[in-house]
Amino acid sequence: MKKLTINKNTKDNIITYGIIIAAYIVMELLINTGHISSLMQGLLVPLCVYVILAVSLNLTVGILGELSLGHAGFMCVGAFAGAFFSKCTQGVIPVDLLRFILAIIIGAVAAGIIGFLIGMPVLRLRGDYLAIVTLAFGEIIKNIINVLYIGKDSSGFHFSLKDSLSLGLGEGGEVIINGAQGITGTPKDATFTIGIILIILTLVIVLNLIHSRDGRAIMSIRDNLIAAESIGINITKYKLMAFSISAALAGMAGVLYAHNLSSLMATPKNFGYNMSIMILVFVVLGGIGNIRGSIISAVILTLLPELLRGLSNYRMLIYSVILIIMMLFNWSPKLINLREKYSFKRLFKKTREVQ
Amino acid sequence: MSFISYLINGISLGSVYAIIALGYTMVYGIAKMLNFAHGDVIMVGGFTVFFAVSMQGLPTAAGIILSVVLCTLLGITIEYIAYRPLRQAASSLAVLITAIGVSYFLQNMALLIFGANTKAFTSVVTLPAIKLAGGQIMISGETIVTIVSCIIIMTGLTLFINKTKAGQAMLAVSEDKGAAQLMGINVNGTISLTFAIGSALAAIAGMLLCSAYPSLTPYTGSMPGIKAFVAAVFGGIGSIPGALIGGIVLGIIEILSKAYISSQLADAIVFMVLIIVLLVKPTGILGKKIQEKV
Repeated sequence: MKKLTINKNTKDNIITYGIIIAAYIVMELLINTGHISSLMQGLLVPLCVYVILAVSLNLTVGILGELSLGHAGFMCVGAFAGAFFSKCTQGVIPVDLLRFILAIIIGAVAAGIIGFLIGMPVLRLRGDYLAIVTLAFGEIIKNIINVLYIGKDSSGFHFSLKDSLSLGLGEGGEVIINGAQGITGTPKDATFTIGIILIILTLVIVLNLIHSRDGRAIMSIRDNLIAAESIGINITKYKLMAFSISAALAGMAGVLYAHNLSSLMATPKNFGYNMSIMILVFVVLGGIGNIRGSIISAVILTLLPELLRGLSNYRMLIYSVILIIMMLFNWSPKLINLREKYSFKRLFKKTREVQ
Repeated sequence: MSFISYLINGISLGSVYAIIALGYTMVYGIAKMLNFAHGDVIMVGGFTVFFAVSMQGLPTAAGIILSVVLCTLLGITIEYIAYRPLRQAASSLAVLITAIGVSYFLQNMALLIFGANTKAFTSVVTLPAIKLAGGQIMISGETIVTIVSCIIIMTGLTLFINKTKAGQAMLAVSEDKGAAQLMGINVNGTISLTFAIGSALAAIAGMLLCSAYPSLTPYTGSMPGIKAFVAAVFGGIGSIPGALIGGIVLGIIEILSKAYISSQLADAIVFMVLIIVLLVKPTGILGKKIQEKV
């Protein structure tokens, strides 16, 4: 009889999906039996948002091998596009779930298009220059959203970059995006279940891309651009493909984020470069190019400040120290040698050899 | 007339950016890393002066010296503990994330010691303002001191790098670490020296920045830090005259767009100009073109 063989990649993927589904079942059980504080329950949707962001950024940083510091900008585009749609159609589409799914699609497409437009000129740059330009784009997106005013009345939509008065709204008009005040009254459609479904969707897209022909082309660009070009790989096409898919997934996370809050504002804290950097920390700490690592580190690093809450003011200080120590421990060549010297595997091996 | 005073303000702000950008550009040139914690060293410099002069009542000169010495030591320590172990690491991203960790650490340390409230910084400059053109243009003492110190620092640094042995060693290390080591240059010492100079400049920039914009929080340094970094890239990262040009151009653009276009969009305009410059000239205005080899 032919032995059933499972491809190594497939096995790896099954483990990744398994972890997510197991985590979901455990959390649902804990919620239903009332073992989880309301504080932790409030964290569940943001946790899903961060996991999606980390996985999608890993596509750019780990698989494509380009440093992007503007990921929060794409999240911002998705969040505002999705929330704008939901706000406009709140009365028109009565089914919450349908409206939310449409909002997610619109947010992802909007972020994907912006990612494509930004990527086209920008991906010519290399290394640190690309990093600073993506950072600049992230800040530009945030700044423009902060001065954007959109209102709606009987005669259609009105746009302005000055203030809500200059919209010139007619009778019964409503300001939807109110500059720095953002969007208020977005329906709270995001749930943990939808978050988990979106994580799985993200994983399906990213993992299938990595193991496809296109994914191998993208990784060949990362490993050696000149060699990849010389065997006829279309560099621009594959770079743009990875970059816009990554942006679209970030946009999807943004929609989820927006529908978890009653008022959405673009502040430096949620959509500024600090956020982009935080996502990058998830990716690097989880292992560049390792999707499962990104998920785990996003979860741990999001929960860590909450678990340290008892230490009040010291928690972010401890967080930063842990971050530095973990980086040194993981990456310092001297410490890596030391670890290998005294690792359990090695000690175990030695005792066996003696026997 | 108001245009000229805006221009002078722009040059003054640009001078601060240029001094900060020097720190970025020197460190990048020599260690090939983006030192994200540089902006927070500026904040530490500002807080030290605030602590010494406003809280302890020390004379201003003592406060300035204390701040420069403390920041220099801080720069050396950060390099020694956080960056040196990762210099040979497999990924250059590792040291970037560690720098972010250091940045969080400094911000939260300041938050613990001084609290989140905005502190009113007393200007360290006692020079009176100068009136020009029959009182139509006012140049504040801070502006004059900032521009003059930027000129002194630029000249001093250029002389230091071109005329002294340590400066030549810096150039050599930035060009080729291995070859420099073979020639008997102490690479670790040279990198420490670069961090020391960069951090001392950050302390001075912190004082000038807080004197011109007298409010101090644990996050004061991060936005000027990012903008100075943009200035360094704009002028061509690794180049000292590039940092000066980048800083001044950025300062002028920022102040003029605040004055004539929109104060909220000023940052967006600054970043837009950077993107356009980089798309036309991918290594910045004065950046060296590096030929990629197979």
